[in-house]
Amino acid sequence: MEISPANPVRESPRGKRVSLFVTCMVDMLYPQTGWAVVDLLEHLNIEVDFPHEQTCCGQPAFNGGERSPAKQVAIHFLKTFKDTEVIVAPSGSCTAMVCHEYPLLFADDPEWLPAAQRAASITWEFSEFLVDGLGIKDFHLRLPKPATFAFHDSCHGLRMMGLGTAARTLLKNTENAEIVELAENDVCCGFGGLFAVKMADVSGAMLERKLTNIEGCSASTIVCGDVSCMTHMNGGLSRRKTDKRVRHIADVLADGLEVRTK
Amino acid sequence: MKITSNNFIPAAREALADQDMRRSVNQATTTAYQKRKNLMFEFGIEHGEALRQQAQVRRRALSRLPDLLGLAETRMIENGIHVLWANDSSEVNQDVLEIINRHSVKTVVKSKSMVSEEVGLNDALQDHGIEVMETDLGEYIIQLADETPSHIVTPVIHKSLASIRDLFISELDMPPTDDAVQMARFARQILREKFLAADMGITGGNFIIAETGTLCLVTNEGNGRMVTSLPRLHVAIVGIEKVIESLEDYATLTQVLPRSATGQAMPVYTHMYSGPRKAGEDDGPDELYVILVDNGRSEIFATKYAQVLTCIRCGACMNACPVYRSTGGHAYGWVYPGPVGAVITPLLNGLDNAKPLPFASSLCGACKEVCPVDIDLPQMLLDLRDDLVRAGMDEKMWLWAMRLWQFGNVSPGIFELGGKVARSLTGEKPPEHLPGPLAGWTKYRNFPPFAKKSFRQQWKERRGN
Repeated sequence: MEISPANPVRESPRGKRVSLFVTCMVDMLYPQTGWAVVDLLEHLNIEVDFPHEQTCCGQPAFNGGERSPAKQVAIHFLKTFKDTEVIVAPSGSCTAMVCHEYPLLFADDPEWLPAAQRAASITWEFSEFLVDGLGIKDFHLRLPKPATFAFHDSCHGLRMMGLGTAARTLLKNTENAEIVELAENDVCCGFGGLFAVKMADVSGAMLERKLTNIEGCSASTIVCGDVSCMTHMNGGLSRRKTDKRVRHIADVLADGLEVRTK
Repeated sequence: MKITSNNFIPAAREALADQDMRRSVNQATTTAYQKRKNLMFEFGIEHGEALRQQAQVRRRALSRLPDLLGLAETRMIENGIHVLWANDSSEVNQDVLEIINRHSVKTVVKSKSMVSEEVGLNDALQDHGIEVMETDLGEYIIQLADETPSHIVTPVIHKSLASIRDLFISELDMPPTDDAVQMARFARQILREKFLAADMGITGGNFIIAETGTLCLVTNEGNGRMVTSLPRLHVAIVGIEKVIESLEDYATLTQVLPRSATGQAMPVYTHMYSGPRKAGEDDGPDELYVILVDNGRSEIFATKYAQVLTCIRCGACMNACPVYRSTGGHAYGWVYPGPVGAVITPLLNGLDNAKPLPFASSLCGACKEVCPVDIDLPQMLLDLRDDLVRAGMDEKMWLWAMRLWQFGNVSPGIFELGGKVARSLTGEKPPEHLPGPLAGWTKYRNFPPFAKKSFRQQWKERRGN
């Protein structure tokens, strides 16, 4: 990342009640990642609640140009989180949707614009919430065995949220974790939501390049902050029948929690 | 030029199968990307960012565009330049043909100009029996191969050195060599003769400085200088958006443009033309014409996409774009490829002539990151997608899919049920080949299993409520 984007201005989340927006993909495909986030936050004595009405942020439709369904789902999100003090999500992309796109999506809608702007001002990606929001840089964790990791910087987190080093900082300060660099770590894996389906061949070519870089990397585990990119890359790695896998930063860190290593 | 942008998806598939092309594009784009980064930030991140900040002079110029165009015209006329206004392609070509007739021109040499590609000038002139010769080495190769440029700065990026060698041997009887320098030297000999014989030189224009009435051209090969000084006539074809306020702004932009385009601190040749040859001067054309081309730009100026008119055609977004890096430029089906092409092609030619282009992006944002004038290309692509859907031009399947998706996402009960149904349909090991639109996914990747119990179910069980 060379130029810091205009990050959303957000209130300090210190001392505020945290609500988890687990995201639709984590909810349905990777519930363990949701628990990793909960366990890590609770390890820091941060109380977390889970507003039960939550579904999706609306990004799939928004990126597909279908703004009316996107808006309806975004309104559902705003209603769900209307009394929330701080929203934390294990995704740079869903966070970017709320922080950057909600105010644009509702720019001409005086009824929902204030709620959209409020949501944008209280929503944080998991690692930036800890590092940039609370100033916590160290969980004092120790992984059960030494392992080497490399980061894939997911695009929306990197370029829309400016998540440069937060996740790296958290892992760097974890015992038994060695970090190496992945070639072209800031190049898109080719997911792009509907792009992977609409432009399957181009997306597939981008994925191939990413997988080749992953296979050439000395790390056995690639870490990223979005389960969507993770799903895409793991889908390709499993098709290639290689053992390397991409994991969410919360899952990697949670391996070091005492409750789990016991 | 024929517009085939609606053919993007099959054209991209075909391009992806062309390993030679992909190797050339891949190597050239990654090298250019890295060189840009090195040069843009040669004095540190802060300096690079400051340069980009200063490049916002393009936005200031755009906000005053009508005034600046008026001023530029006045000043250029004072400088003895003939100023012509062309609304569309046919007016540009007509203007050039009239000048050609008036001055009995037989042969034309050209320096690289994307606007001339946009209006199909070469074909129009050749249809009237005029010999037109491209003199930028890349464009010359393209002309010899009877192709179109696939990149706005490096038009021949899709070709390997070996294919250029073969072309020179078959078309020009070049003595066989694999040495790029020898090949360039060989082409130069041919081009030199053409420069000396030509009646008219045609160029584009990188900028027009309003306050001084100066046409600016940035080149690397020196051909631009020959084209504008040897023939007795010089015609420049320039988009109306290229006008800037002052010399000082030009000083800023000549730092940003070469860094972004080719990773050079400065261009090899920086040309400034403030009129034809004056009495007592040795060099320069007898007459200098500037044709200011609208061709849809003033319509863009009036929309939310106006900012795209600040583009300085550096091509950095192409080099950074993982889609462009994979497919090359021809798949985009018109003059301007890559992210900026995906935005301006539908704007200039109509959305219905470029329906796939707004979707030809994973929205990764690399284009915006490298854009020296900070055009928000991803946001524009999103807005174009919105326009497409509103105009009923997107495939109906997606409309219904999204309605269904909406239904499942405004009710947590249905959302939860949807997860359970998906799990029961796909099980622990989802099939490696899914039907319908999902076939695109399973062509390259496996699908993960849906969880036995969703997070929300687990939360309810463990934590209640």
